[in-house]
Amino acid sequence: MAGILIQREKQVFRKGADKFDMSCEKNSTAGSVSQRACVFCGSRVVLYPIVDALHLIHGPIGCASYTWDIRGALSSGRQLHRMSFSTDLQEKDVVFGGEKRLYQSLIELIDKYKPKSAFVYATCIVGIIGDDVDAVCKRVSNEKGIPVFPVHSEGFKGTKKDGYKTACEALFKLVGTAETKDIGKFSINILGDFNIAGETWMIRDYYNRMGVEVVSTITGDGRTDDIRRAHGASLNVVQCSGSMMYLAKMMKEEYGIPFMRVSYFGIEDTSDALLKVAEFFKDAGITVKTKELIKEETDIYLPEIYKYRDNLKGKKTTVYVGGAFKAFSLIKALDVVGMSVAVVGSQTGNQDDYARLKKMCDEGTIILDDSNPVELANFSLEKKVDIFIGGVKERPMAYKLGIGFCDHNHHRKEALTGFKGMLNFVKEVHSSVMSPVWRFTNRK
Amino acid sequence: MLLRHTPKEIKERKALTVNPAKTCQPIGAMYAALGIHGCMPHSHGSQGCCAYHRSALTRHYKEPVMAATSSFTEGSSVFGGQANLIQAINNIFTIYNPDIIAVHTTCLSETIGDDVNQICQKARDDGKVPEGKHVIHCNTPSYVGSHITGYSNMLKGIIKYFSKSTGVKKDQINIISGWIEPSDMREIKNIVNQMGIKVVLFPDTSDILDAPQTGVHAFYPKGGTTIPELTSTGDSKFSLALGEFATDAAAKDLDSKCKVKFKTIDLPIGLSATDRFIVALSNAADVDVPSSITEERGRLVDIITDMQQYFYNKRVALFGDPDQLIPLTELLVDLDMKPVYIVSGTSGKVFDRRIKEILAESMPDAKVKNGANADLFLLHQWIKNDPVDLIIGNTYGKYIARDEDIPFLRMGFPILDRVGHSYFPTVGYSGAMRILEKILNLLMDRQDRDSSEESFELVM
Repeated sequence: MAGILIQREKQVFRKGADKFDMSCEKNSTAGSVSQRACVFCGSRVVLYPIVDALHLIHGPIGCASYTWDIRGALSSGRQLHRMSFSTDLQEKDVVFGGEKRLYQSLIELIDKYKPKSAFVYATCIVGIIGDDVDAVCKRVSNEKGIPVFPVHSEGFKGTKKDGYKTACEALFKLVGTAETKDIGKFSINILGDFNIAGETWMIRDYYNRMGVEVVSTITGDGRTDDIRRAHGASLNVVQCSGSMMYLAKMMKEEYGIPFMRVSYFGIEDTSDALLKVAEFFKDAGITVKTKELIKEETDIYLPEIYKYRDNLKGKKTTVYVGGAFKAFSLIKALDVVGMSVAVVGSQTGNQDDYARLKKMCDEGTIILDDSNPVELANFSLEKKVDIFIGGVKERPMAYKLGIGFCDHNHHRKEALTGFKGMLNFVKEVHSSVMSPVWRFTNRK
Repeated sequence: MLLRHTPKEIKERKALTVNPAKTCQPIGAMYAALGIHGCMPHSHGSQGCCAYHRSALTRHYKEPVMAATSSFTEGSSVFGGQANLIQAINNIFTIYNPDIIAVHTTCLSETIGDDVNQICQKARDDGKVPEGKHVIHCNTPSYVGSHITGYSNMLKGIIKYFSKSTGVKKDQINIISGWIEPSDMREIKNIVNQMGIKVVLFPDTSDILDAPQTGVHAFYPKGGTTIPELTSTGDSKFSLALGEFATDAAAKDLDSKCKVKFKTIDLPIGLSATDRFIVALSNAADVDVPSSITEERGRLVDIITDMQQYFYNKRVALFGDPDQLIPLTELLVDLDMKPVYIVSGTSGKVFDRRIKEILAESMPDAKVKNGANADLFLLHQWIKNDPVDLIIGNTYGKYIARDEDIPFLRMGFPILDRVGHSYFPTVGYSGAMRILEKILNLLMDRQDRDSSEESFELVM
């Protein structure tokens, strides 16, 4: 069982031993127990935090059931996004088409909930049975006077990344449909944060304190009307670049809005992010306030974080994330408390991402693209890691192996963003690595 | 929070499911296949399906769940998934080395018309299936039935491939298990052991989805029904199928294939259903009921006697899967409680008939709905119009429970926010005792919470 699928040899790299030639951005090998999801999953996670929109899943029931309120994307207003709406296609719809059902569902829902906008997710079979989702959306939009967007997220059309792109295309249609004259020049859109555990609120608060106006948050705690006027912002600040770069690029092309990629994970990256935004505006007031903010927050949290360093120093981790960008931040953040990364991988990284990972990692580090449980378990054991940082499917596996775990994905319960988030993260890592339970387990 | 989004007024819905009380077929096939020893479930479709099923099962069991996928691409959806499935079979045997690959389909592979039976045969003909290894399959179109249908279909697939009749009957009984927890399957084995009966229980997820912490991530944990056991089901002298929706079809197939007579009974949840289970076992194996079991039953009846006043007349709303709801409704009636609302997303006329029979005397006006539009949105509306004292159902009931401030007992699939279901059974007499304890705790905690200072009681 220690082997690697032959087809996957070029998706596993050992720094030092192998010549770097990472093969990535490929479809998963059939028969692999991939940790990846599908196009629908990508679109759904990106759009779902828009809390005043209707999210209708067009297809058989499963896609709606499995995505019903599974991510903690918090709302400060309506909670409509936490309901599950499905056209629940039946056999006869597969034969005769589901357009009528879709139309009726949309009308019923819009009448009942008066959403500000609607997204219709086309799942695997919708395209195949030939439903004209675009036409239905257009008709309903005309009849009900709200934007209704088709999201062509048939699962087989690619990976989660393609789903992000589809979602961005829908968002792009919403942008630019409202008045922007009240927006000042020191203004941004926050892209690519989904308000898991209230993280968007924390970031928004930083910008408020800096004197920067936040026009829209896309999509954490998102609002249709804010996104409509997002083109009035002076800058797009993009986190989780995997999902939102498409939108940022389209907005640059169409509206000339520049964008910058940032990460709000870890003290170093958060400080850099805020400073970069401040620099962009070239305003003395903002710069001063930003520096003050960073100093204030760092003074509060860094000493707290360092308290955990003695226990965590020298501990090793496996990091397996969706987008590679998250891994960069994690490596830096772990370094603050003296921890190293022994195995690192992503579901959807590209050549540049892996090249950068290689540069950041120590000799001997194993780098993986689109990995699977056998590899993750074997490499984690081989490297004797102390904690696994990953998502829902990896947690029980890590525990079975006697390895600590921290969820850096959407199952996290504590905000991991910004200065306070770094303390939360370190606390969580510490509690798992130092848990007394490991005294009772066998570590092979 | 649903409070603000669920209107009290109930309108006929034409084509819409809101907050479903079901999910799709493939996850049922995956769960059933996990109850076979050394088996790798395989999802023939887009990789999202497999990821969602694995995540859902992992959230429910807090266990690693292994399953592979054909990883459909745009090309496969046009040209068919044959190449993907054959490559997958080859890869799975090469790298993960299971004894069995259990293939189920998805809405996608069904709609494009893949003939999975033929593809599996081709894989065998082309030598992609090593000697002594097996590929089995079932069809699980997501747009038909529910997760229970998928479970049932995988059981049929298992029988089709493995059950063999040698012509010589064995002194053993098959127990075809409905969709219950590993803890429940363990309890059923415990009961038949006490009765001294040799059984083949399948599927059996105990020691798979409740595996101990050992420091090893076993791809194929030690539990699960083995291939020789499955083969021998064709020689068993009788089959007991537990839960009509999940197991009746498989029992029928086994009878017509290998002439193994069967009886389909309810899952042994609650007093009466467990009575019927014990009697059926005793008849099928021609053994007496040991005193240990009679005494356990006595203890259960004793609790009901002692606490009857707390159960009496309490209004209950329940939702979930039909095989659970039928005996559970009966238990509530046995306890003198009032099951007023019953909802299942799984369709089937039997459900309505059985529930109405159970409620004929005590609760003829109960609202019962299954199939289309039978969802938690409707249940919530019913509750808003006339509240209940207790809600029983899977984790998704917590929204209604919170919005309406009603005690909530978690039972069913999925349970995403509590532990215990994998470890403590709800079947058998001891399982019923656990259900009672939980119901009583909820009702009595509520009474304590709501009572005024002067009526707050120490002794209850």
